[in-house]
Amino acid sequence: MAIGETFLGLLESRPRHGYDLKRAYDERFGQGRALAYGQVYATLSRLLKSGLIEVHGIEPGGGPERKRYAITDAGVTDVQRWLTQPEKPDLYLQNTLYSKVVLALLTGRPAADILDTQRAEHLRLMRELTRRKSTGDFPDQLICDYALFHLEADLRWLELTAARLDQLAKEVSA
Amino acid sequence: MTAPRDALISAIDLHKAFGPTPALDGASLEIAAGEVVAIMGPSGSGKSTLLHCIAGITTPDSGRIVYRGRELSGMSDATRSALRRGEFGFVFQFGQLVPELSCLENVALPLRLDGHKRREAERRAASWLDRLEVGDVAHKRPGEISGGQGQRVAVARALVTAPRVVFADEPTGALDSLNGERVMKLLTEAARDTGAAVVLVTHEARVAAYSDREVVVRDGRTREVELMNR
Ligand SMILES: Nc1ncnc2c1ncn2[C@@H]1O[C@H](COP(=O)(O)OP(=O)(O)OP(=O)(O)O)[C@@H](O)[C@H]1O
Ligand SMILES: [Mg+2]
Repeated sequence: MAIGETFLGLLESRPRHGYDLKRAYDERFGQGRALAYGQVYATLSRLLKSGLIEVHGIEPGGGPERKRYAITDAGVTDVQRWLTQPEKPDLYLQNTLYSKVVLALLTGRPAADILDTQRAEHLRLMRELTRRKSTGDFPDQLICDYALFHLEADLRWLELTAARLDQLAKEVSA
Repeated sequence: MTAPRDALISAIDLHKAFGPTPALDGASLEIAAGEVVAIMGPSGSGKSTLLHCIAGITTPDSGRIVYRGRELSGMSDATRSALRRGEFGFVFQFGQLVPELSCLENVALPLRLDGHKRREAERRAASWLDRLEVGDVAHKRPGEISGGQGQRVAVARALVTAPRVVFADEPTGALDSLNGERVMKLLTEAARDTGAAVVLVTHEARVAAYSDREVVVRDGRTREVELMNR
């Protein structure tokens, strides 16, 4: 996840202290994995150095956690560019599963079993996400749905490959 | 294969051919009380035929089906259809509601056929329609509501008799993802609350993810991947 850009977006909504920024990030985007403080302050100092944020006021008492940060015009431009630019779609070409299937065919092992085992594992995870979806809040549901659609895509590939194993076996042994 | 404790339905080594085509070629399946089982597999693999056999709609050429300790093949047609009416509920891909009746009357129909008074049947039907969030279409006819609403009415009709088993063949097949998931959520929650088992045919993994386990059918044979030790 692009931590720098996400920080900028959060700061565009309002200036925040480092601690406040970390908490907002962890709550909304952390997925149960909190950012380390080291990571937070390293990111902030990088953004400061590039002029994308500025210190907006220091409360008496000193120490890094007392600083409030605000986004600069350059920062807003950066967020705008990042948000409007499409992400490169991930291409999981030649994944491990494909290699396993081909190697099974090459070595005379039952390739269909590999696909079946994987299908069961995928479905197990999909059940877990579906359960989580029914108890989670709305943002959590959207995150689970994202994962579910990706797992479903894998399963479609598994199904299609299972249906064409004979053909693949011929190609592999040719 | 480890059988679930106290199987509600056991289907053992079913064979069924339509002319020269074998639709089932040694399919076995056990359903425990209250569990939700997804039957998955490619088109034409025999999923619907398997469902129809265990629901007593189709008679297999060979193999045994035992429902609560009684063999389906040993029952008379009358006993079998009484069983279907009293203990099973059905949901199909396209609602299959009676077009001349209102949604409320459709849901009340199984109770009326069971001899319940009209008022009582409609009271129970109305509460199921509310539960499935379609109380507002109670007085419309099936032709006047959306596909998603129709499927919820069909689920209400399947559950109104408090069946022990709900058989559902692609109940979300004609719906978009959002409506399909809503129907699945309402169906599985209602089934869990009433203790009904659900036998669900689907080729969609996101729909199957509402089940407790899946059974895969290929070429008329079941391939149950057991995950007992998880
Ligand atoms: N009433 C019938 N008469 C003749 N053949 C039939 C009949 N019902 C099913 N079949 C055949 O039996 C096989 C299994 O059909 P079935 O409907 O059980 O498949 P399915 O897995 O439910 O497929 P789908 O996912 O397309 O619904 C197919 O080859 C089908 O053509
Ligand atoms: Mg079918």
